[in-house]
Amino acid sequence: MQEMMKRYGGTLTAMILLLTAFWILILLILPNLTMFESSFRPYLPVIDVGGPKDTYSVNNYLRILGGEVPMSIFGFEATVPPRVKVFLLTIFYSMVVTVITFIMAYPLAYYLAKIVSPKSLPTLFLLLFVPLWVSEILRSFAWWIILALKGPLNVVLMSLGIIDTEIRWISGFSPVIIGLVYTYVLFMMFPLFNAMQSLDSNQIEAAEDLGSPWWRTHWRVILPHAKPGIASGAVMVFMLSAGSLLVPALLGSTTSGWFTQTIQGVMLEEQDWNTGAAFAFMLLIVCTLAVSLAMRVFRVKLSDIAK
Amino acid sequence: MSAGIDLDNVVCDFGSFRAVDHVNVNIQPGEFFSFLGPSGCGKTTILRMISGFIEPTEGVIRIGGKDMKGQRPNQRPTALIFQNLALFPLMPVWENISFGLEVRGVDKAKRRARAEELLALVDLPGAGDKMISQLSGGQKQRVAIARALAVEPSVMLLDEPLSALDLKLRQNMRAELRAIQKRTGVTFVFITHDQGEALAMSDRVGVMSQGKLQQVSNPRDIYNNPVNGFVASFVGENNILTGSVAAPAGGFAVMDTPHGRFRARIADGVSGAGVKLYVRPEHMVFSPAAGAENSVPVTISEVAFEGNFISVHAVSDSGMTFLSELRNDGSATVPELGTKLHVSFDPARAAILPDAVGAKG
Repeated sequence: MQEMMKRYGGTLTAMILLLTAFWILILLILPNLTMFESSFRPYLPVIDVGGPKDTYSVNNYLRILGGEVPMSIFGFEATVPPRVKVFLLTIFYSMVVTVITFIMAYPLAYYLAKIVSPKSLPTLFLLLFVPLWVSEILRSFAWWIILALKGPLNVVLMSLGIIDTEIRWISGFSPVIIGLVYTYVLFMMFPLFNAMQSLDSNQIEAAEDLGSPWWRTHWRVILPHAKPGIASGAVMVFMLSAGSLLVPALLGSTTSGWFTQTIQGVMLEEQDWNTGAAFAFMLLIVCTLAVSLAMRVFRVKLSDIAK
Repeated sequence: MSAGIDLDNVVCDFGSFRAVDHVNVNIQPGEFFSFLGPSGCGKTTILRMISGFIEPTEGVIRIGGKDMKGQRPNQRPTALIFQNLALFPLMPVWENISFGLEVRGVDKAKRRARAEELLALVDLPGAGDKMISQLSGGQKQRVAIARALAVEPSVMLLDEPLSALDLKLRQNMRAELRAIQKRTGVTFVFITHDQGEALAMSDRVGVMSQGKLQQVSNPRDIYNNPVNGFVASFVGENNILTGSVAAPAGGFAVMDTPHGRFRARIADGVSGAGVKLYVRPEHMVFSPAAGAENSVPVTISEVAFEGNFISVHAVSDSGMTFLSELRNDGSATVPELGTKLHVSFDPARAAILPDAVGAKG
C-alpha cells in the first residue's frame, strides 16, 4: 500500500483502489447479493411485491424436487426428480470433461514444456491460440456441422472404410462432451505447461539415470511437481463446463439436459427469476463443494493454485 | 563392483561445433579420474556421453569392456551426480536415496533399511524423514552421493558437484568424497574447472582444452611436467618468457629473449622464434649476486604476505615482471621492497613447451 503510494502518487493510487472496489462491489458482490436475496422470495405479480405475501422462505430451492423420473446411478435403479437428475448428470459429465481434457492436455503440455525447442514455442502457441480468435458460438456451431449425420466426420470415416453406415454423433451427451473438451482444453493445457516448465530438467534426467522407466519418472517426479497446475486447470475446466450454457444449447440433443439450460428455462421461459436464482446458487454451491472436496482428497492447497 | 571406462577415439559434434575431438583414455576400475578444463572445453559433454544422455558422433565408449552404444542412461551401470544435484524436492530424504531401488522393485522395508545404511555411510544418520528443503548445502551434497551409491553403480560420474558450496565446506567435501571413493572402491569420474580440486582428489587427471585431451597423468606429473603451455598455465602459476630457440641438445636448449639468455628443458618438436618458456614462481630464487646462468637483475616491486607463502613481484631492467613465491617457513629471507637483487632458476625446473594440442593460432 505504501509502496503503491510511493510509486504512483496519491491520486493514481486512489483511482486504482476506487476502480478495484467498484469492480468487486458493484459488478461482483452486489449483483450476487441481490440474486441471493431474491432467491428466497416468492415469484409474485408486481402488485404483490413488497406486500404481505412477499416473505422469505426456501420454497424456491425446494422446487428442484418436483416430479419423479427413473435414473440409474452406477447400476442402482432409483427414482429422482427430473431436475435433480439433470443436476447430477451436469456435475458428472463436467467431471468427465475435466478428466478428458487432462488426458489430452498432459502429453501436449509436457511436449511443449520439456521436449520442443524454445525457438519454435511462439509458433506452436500461436497455432494453439488461433482457434480462440473465433467466437465460441461459431466454434460450437462448426462442431455441430462436423458431427452432423451427413457431415464431414461421417463422410471421411466412411470413405476410409472405417464405418459402413453413418453414426448419429449428435445424441446423448457425447456432442456436449466433445464441444466442452474442445472449448476448454487450453484452460487445462496452460496451467499444466506452466507447472511443468518450472520443473528442473535435471530431475527428469536424474530419475532416468537412476534406472527409472519413462512412466515411473512421470508418476513419481513430473506428475507430483505438476499437481498445482493440474488442480488449477481442473478447477477451471470443471467450473466452466458446469456453468456453460452455449455448448450444451447448441450441441445438445433431446436427451442431454444441462442444468444451466434448466436455469435458463426457469428464468426466461417461466419468467421466474427467483427460482432461477435459487437454482443458480445451488449449482454454484455444489460445484464449489465438489472442488474443495477434490482439493482435500488430492492434498492441494488454495495457495498452490494461486501461484 | 567397479568397472573401467574406455573412450576410444570419441568425437561429439553439435552441428558444426566439435565439442569433443578424438578423445582416447582408459580409466581403470576403482580409479578416481578427473577431467579438468575451462568451461566449454567439452568435459561435461564427455560425462553426458558416458552416462548416456548424448551419443558420440564417432568412436566407442566401453564400460567394463562392454560397448555402450544405444544403451539409454537407465540401462547403464553409471550414476550421475548433477551440478545442481537434482534431488527430488517432493520426496523425503530416504525416498530420494532409495528411488533407484524403488525402480528396481525392492520392497519398502528393505529400501528404508538400505537408505539408513547409506545415510550412515555419508555421515547423515537419522535424516531419512527430513525434506530436501530442510537440509544445508553440504547435507544435500551427501544425500546426492547416497542416492547415486544406492543403485550400486560400477561408475560414479560427478559433474562439478562441489562448485555450489562455500570454500570451507568444499575442502571438507573433497576429503569426504575421496574417502567414500576409497571405501566403496567405485570408479569415480569427476568433472571440474578447479585445478586444486582435481590435483588434491584424483589418482589421474585429464586436462582438456577445446575438445581435445591435452595430457593425462597423475596430479604431480601434471603440475611438474606439463606437456604444453595450456596445461602449464591452466594448472598453477607461471613466469612466461617468449623468445627464439637454437640448437636443442640432450633435452635442453638455450633461448634468447629480450630479457636475457635462458637455458631450460625443451619438449620435442619445439623450435624457432616465438616459443615460450615456463617456470613456476616457487622455483624463482633471489640472490645478491648474479648466478652462473638464467639470472636476471631485478628490483623488488611488490611483496605480498599470503599466509603460508609470500608472493614477491620483481621487475627486470628490461621491463619484465617476475613472480616468485617464498615459503613462509624461515628458509628464505624475504627481500625488502625496492632492493636490487638477481633472480634465477634451475634449468631443470623450467621448460620450453608447445602451446597446446589442436590450439588455433
